[in-house]
Amino acid sequence: MIRAIPTMLRIGFAEAVAYRAEMVVWVLSYTMPLVMLALWSAVAADGPVQGYGQADFAAYFVTALVVRMMVAAWVVWELNFEIKQGRLAARLLRPMHPLLHFATMNLAALPMRTAFAIPVVVIGFALGGADLVTHDPVQWLLVVVLLFLAWVMTFLVQALVGTLAFFWESSLALFDLYMTAYVVCSGYVMPLDLVPEPFASVIDVLPFRYQLSVPIEAILGRITVAETLQAVGVQLAWVAGLFLVVMLTWRAGVRRFAAFGG
Amino acid sequence: MIHVRDLVKHYRVHRRAPGFGAALRSVFSRKFDTVRAVDGVSFEIGEGDRIGFLGPNGAGKTTTLKMLSGLLHPTSGEVTVAGHVPKDRDHELLRAIMLVTGQKQQLLWDLPPSETFELNRAIYDVPRAQFRQTVDELVPLLGLEKLIGTPTRQLSMGERMKCELAAALIHRPKVLFLDEPTIGLDVTMQSTVREFIRGYNRRHRATVILTSHDMDDVTAIAERIIVIDRGKISFDGALDALIEKMQPEKRVRLTFAEPVGEERLAALPGRVLETEPRRALLQVAQADLRRAVASALETLPVADLEVEGAPLEDVLADLFSRTAAERSE
Repeated sequence: MIRAIPTMLRIGFAEAVAYRAEMVVWVLSYTMPLVMLALWSAVAADGPVQGYGQADFAAYFVTALVVRMMVAAWVVWELNFEIKQGRLAARLLRPMHPLLHFATMNLAALPMRTAFAIPVVVIGFALGGADLVTHDPVQWLLVVVLLFLAWVMTFLVQALVGTLAFFWESSLALFDLYMTAYVVCSGYVMPLDLVPEPFASVIDVLPFRYQLSVPIEAILGRITVAETLQAVGVQLAWVAGLFLVVMLTWRAGVRRFAAFGG
Repeated sequence: MIHVRDLVKHYRVHRRAPGFGAALRSVFSRKFDTVRAVDGVSFEIGEGDRIGFLGPNGAGKTTTLKMLSGLLHPTSGEVTVAGHVPKDRDHELLRAIMLVTGQKQQLLWDLPPSETFELNRAIYDVPRAQFRQTVDELVPLLGLEKLIGTPTRQLSMGERMKCELAAALIHRPKVLFLDEPTIGLDVTMQSTVREFIRGYNRRHRATVILTSHDMDDVTAIAERIIVIDRGKISFDGALDALIEKMQPEKRVRLTFAEPVGEERLAALPGRVLETEPRRALLQVAQADLRRAVASALETLPVADLEVEGAPLEDVLADLFSRTAAERSE
């Protein structure tokens, strides 16, 4: 099964290249951080907001945009569609776990999708953003780990909600609810530094910060290497827990699919 | 290769009357009906057999096929396919079988079919040498030379189906389940697909199990017929035996050199099914066949004469209506 992965990554990449037009639309839908940037810049025009000046907001939201693209997943829609249409049957007949298949194809499409973020990064650097990111090579190494685990978390949450389509017609409604919480609690619309207590403590025990904010914080050098390592540990715990729940739900779902037919 | 004994699949279906009140009540107490989709089916299928699985809509064909491929778990009974229990869906079994449906496609839409072949090679872990050999064999047989490099979305439906078949056979399945494989194809394409399936069965001793409403598919591909009706097997045997059993009478198709009146046909043994001035179709009991042919040749200006069995459509319509009548008695 592992031997299949390089070929699958190559074909997934080729597919992503073939989907260029769709991808432009997709990228445009990820521009929310730029809107937030304009908003917070205006707020910070008269002076820094809790330590965030205009340049800090710019660095934060540009990084948020890039990170969000790099950790994107879409398996929730794919699963929902295939389960409802009965198309999942064909996947279940292949000697490869459908979720592994989705994950590989998802991962393969990310380089192409992230390529759209390159101009944003280049402009950001040209405008002096280079001074605002960490210069510690160890931290950068950890950023790679943080990004990968953040993607795994996002994929697993989506796989979980997608799998619920085995049981529940309107499981996508649940995903809307999750996205609302995500937007507020992940640092997508405001740096989590600005969130007051007791909300900050609540956010800390939720998964969202580890899906988006933590990699941004590490890239901008707002957390130390020790704190980054600790965040990696929390991410690993989330990944393990989510993986277990996804697998149990998946097994129950396939059993139900097998009982009622697809 | 396939062993099925006392296979049963019952569904519990939630029933409620229409209306708001009934919807509200159903929240608290649900009523279930049991649907006996497959109700005690047994058969054996050997290596290299070609089976036609027939029955009216809702007879339990697809349910049985899904249980054979492991997509549905039986309520009770035994199934093994190539020595495996399908519901465990272990990878060795999945490498030995393939389900091809005429309606659902697995080809990657925006990439050429050759990429789907590659993907299947990887997923099924086919050795490269064997993969090359299989592709080299399939491409000329199905005439795919110009197609496999073209993005799937630019192919016609028939071209896609041919590529679909090839993609399904990359791992050389030992058991091939075909569900309406020629649906929506033109006549030439249909016969290419049928010919190809027979050839695959011959070359690889693969077991082929077909369900189709197209009787030409069935006569071209299947040598043995299993008829399933309301969850039970109502016939299992050779195609000829089915026709023999249901409609033992033969049909004599006559073409005349000059117009022949109906009164002259009436003198022949048997029953006149169709008549035109220069043509006639008679239905004759086996015992009277020699006499009918001899007398037609002697008394009428016969230009051509053919003897054939009853068409499968008629045989099946007859079979289904008889079993339905037996049940209602």
